[in-house]
Amino acid sequence: MIAELKMDQAMSEQQNDFGDGNVGLHYEESLLWEKEAGDHPGVDLPTPKGLKSRTGVAARGEIGLPQVSEPTVVRHFVRLSTWNYSIDSGFFPLGSCTMKHNPRLNEKVARFAGFGNIHPMQPESTIQGALRVMHELQGILGELTGLPGVCLSPAAGAHGELAGLMTIRRAHELKGNAHKTVILTPDSSHGTNPATAAMCGYTLRVIPTKETGRMTVEAFKEALGDGHDVAGMMVTNPNTCGLFESEILPIVDLLHKAGGYFYCDGANFNALVGTIRPADFGVDVMHINLHKTFSTPHGGGGPGSGPICVTEELAPYMPVPTVVKTKDGFHLETEDDRPTTLGRLKGFNGQFGMHVRALTYIMSHGADGLKQVSEDAVLNANYILSQLKGDYSVPFEGPCMHECLLTEKSLKENGVTTLDVAKTLVENGIHPMTVYFPLVVQGAMLIEPTETESKETLDRFIKVMKWIAAEAKAGRGSVLHENPKSTPRRRLDEVKAAREPKLRWKKSN
Amino acid sequence: MSTMKFTKDHEWLKVEGDIAVIGITDYAQNALGDLVYVELPKMGRQVKKGEHFAVVESVKTAAEVYTPVTGEVVGVNDNLSGDPELLKKGLDEGWIAKIKMTSSDEMAGLMDQAAYDAFVKTLG
Repeated sequence: MIAELKMDQAMSEQQNDFGDGNVGLHYEESLLWEKEAGDHPGVDLPTPKGLKSRTGVAARGEIGLPQVSEPTVVRHFVRLSTWNYSIDSGFFPLGSCTMKHNPRLNEKVARFAGFGNIHPMQPESTIQGALRVMHELQGILGELTGLPGVCLSPAAGAHGELAGLMTIRRAHELKGNAHKTVILTPDSSHGTNPATAAMCGYTLRVIPTKETGRMTVEAFKEALGDGHDVAGMMVTNPNTCGLFESEILPIVDLLHKAGGYFYCDGANFNALVGTIRPADFGVDVMHINLHKTFSTPHGGGGPGSGPICVTEELAPYMPVPTVVKTKDGFHLETEDDRPTTLGRLKGFNGQFGMHVRALTYIMSHGADGLKQVSEDAVLNANYILSQLKGDYSVPFEGPCMHECLLTEKSLKENGVTTLDVAKTLVENGIHPMTVYFPLVVQGAMLIEPTETESKETLDRFIKVMKWIAAEAKAGRGSVLHENPKSTPRRRLDEVKAAREPKLRWKKSN
Repeated sequence: MSTMKFTKDHEWLKVEGDIAVIGITDYAQNALGDLVYVELPKMGRQVKKGEHFAVVESVKTAAEVYTPVTGEVVGVNDNLSGDPELLKKGLDEGWIAKIKMTSSDEMAGLMDQAAYDAFVKTLG
C-alpha cells in the first residue's frame, strides 16, 4: 500500500527500495502495534513471585499492548508530530477559522507557577489570583461585545453555541414559552448552528440567502411567519460569505417583537473587535472563540475555549460557574447562588490556561491594538480579493470583511475545479483555504488571511493563485489534476475513505 | 399514464395515480460529487410537504432531500444503502422512496421537464 502511494518519480529514481517507504529523511510510520514484532519493552519489571489469585479468576495472558523500547516510542510520536501542519509552519488561510499567530508571550504567562501548577479543587482562598484573571477576562469580553453576562466555562466553539442556545431555552422555559420550538438560521450558517439547534430539541426553519449572499428582511419575514413558534435565530455576522449582514437591524427588530432571541455565532468576531459591539446590532447571546479571535492555540495546538456573552436579561439563565466579586474576594458562583441557571455544563471552570492566554493577548494589545488587529484582518482579505477578482469568479460584489469568497466558476469550462486549485496550492507549499464551504456557493474557496500575515506572504499566495488560474485558462488543466506531486501522499481516494473507513486496527495472524 | 415533475430543490417525481416515486436529478448529483451514503426513510412514515425525509452524503457535503408531497412512505429503495452510486441510474434503479399521496393538489406548484431544464439554465 505504502509503496503504491509513493511518488512515482521517487520510485523510479530510488535505487535502493527497502520496502519501508522511507525516502530522503522523510520516514513512513507504522502503528506502534506493528513495530518490532519481537518483545522489546522499554521497562523491565521483575516477575512477581508467589502471586495468588484471590478472586479465583486466572490472570490474563497477553494483553496486546505494544512491546516497544523508549526510543522507538519517542521517534514514533516525534515523527508523527512533524507531519502536522500548523500556523507555526506556514500560511494557513482557512476561511471562518481565524488561524492567527499565537504570541509566545501568552505561553510564558500561562506557565507561571501560580497559573500552571494549581488545581481546580483547591480552596478558593488559595487561587484568588487565578479567579481574578477570569473575572477580568469576563469584564473585558463583556465590554467588547456589549453583553455584560459572561460565562467562561464552555470548552470550545460548538460547546459555547450549545451553552448559548440552552440559555435561550432556559429563559423561554422559565417564562412559560414552551410553545417556542423553532430556530431560524440562514442557509449560509456554520454547520454547527443547525446541529446545535437540533441538539437542543429545536426544529429548524431556514432563511434563504442565495441570490444576495446576505439575509434580506423579506426572506426573514417569510421564515418568521407570525413568529409565535420562534424561539430564536442563529446567525454568524459577518457571515460565512465574508459579508456583514447589512439588514440585521430591521431583522432583529422583527425577531425581538416576536419574542425571539438573537444568538450570534462569534466565529467571525475577528472582523469586528473594537469597531462595533454585537449588542449594538441586537445580539442577545454570542459565543466567542478565544482560540480564534484572541489567539489561543487551536488546530491541534491546544484545546478550544468558547465563552458566552449574554444580555443582562439573559444573565440569570446562563450556566454556572461564573466568577463574581464579593466583599471576601473572588468567588465561583454555584447553582445555590443563582437558582435560575440552566446548570453546569463542564466539570470544572473551563479551559483556564486559555483564559490566561486570551487575557494576555488582550492586555498586551490594548484597546487600540485590538481595533487595529480587526482592521488589518479586513484589509488583508480585501487586498487578496482585489488582486484575484480578475482571475477567479466572485459570487458577491465586495468589499468583504475579514475573509473573501471566490469560486471555480470561471475555471470550470477548462475542467479545473476548486479541488485542483487546493491541491496545486499544496504542491506549491501553501496550505489551501477552506474549500466547498459555504455550501450555498458552488465550488467555494473561502480565504481568511488574518492580520498575522505580511504583504510578502500575501503576495506569494496571490502569485501562485494567479498562476493556477492562468494555467487553467491556457488549457493546461490536466497538469493541475496531477497535483500534488512532491508530497509523501498524493491525492487520496476520498470516496473510498468515506465508503470503507478503517476505524480500528486488528492483529493479523 | 405517468408524469414527471421537478422541484427547485432538484428532486424528481414520477407520479402514477396517487403514488409518487422520488429521486434526485442529475444536476443535484453533479453538484454533490461522489456519493458515499444515502440515509433512507422508514416504511410507513408520514411525511409532510417540505419535510426532509432522506439524506444524501457525498465526499463534499451532506444534503437533505425534501419531499414535495404529503403522504405515507410505502416503498424504500434499500439497494441504495449498499450502493449509493445507484442514485445516478435515475428512474428504474435510482429512486429513493415511494410516497402514497394524500392529495394531488400539491402537484400544482411543481415544474415539468421543460420548465425544470429552463430553471437549471438560470443557475449557470
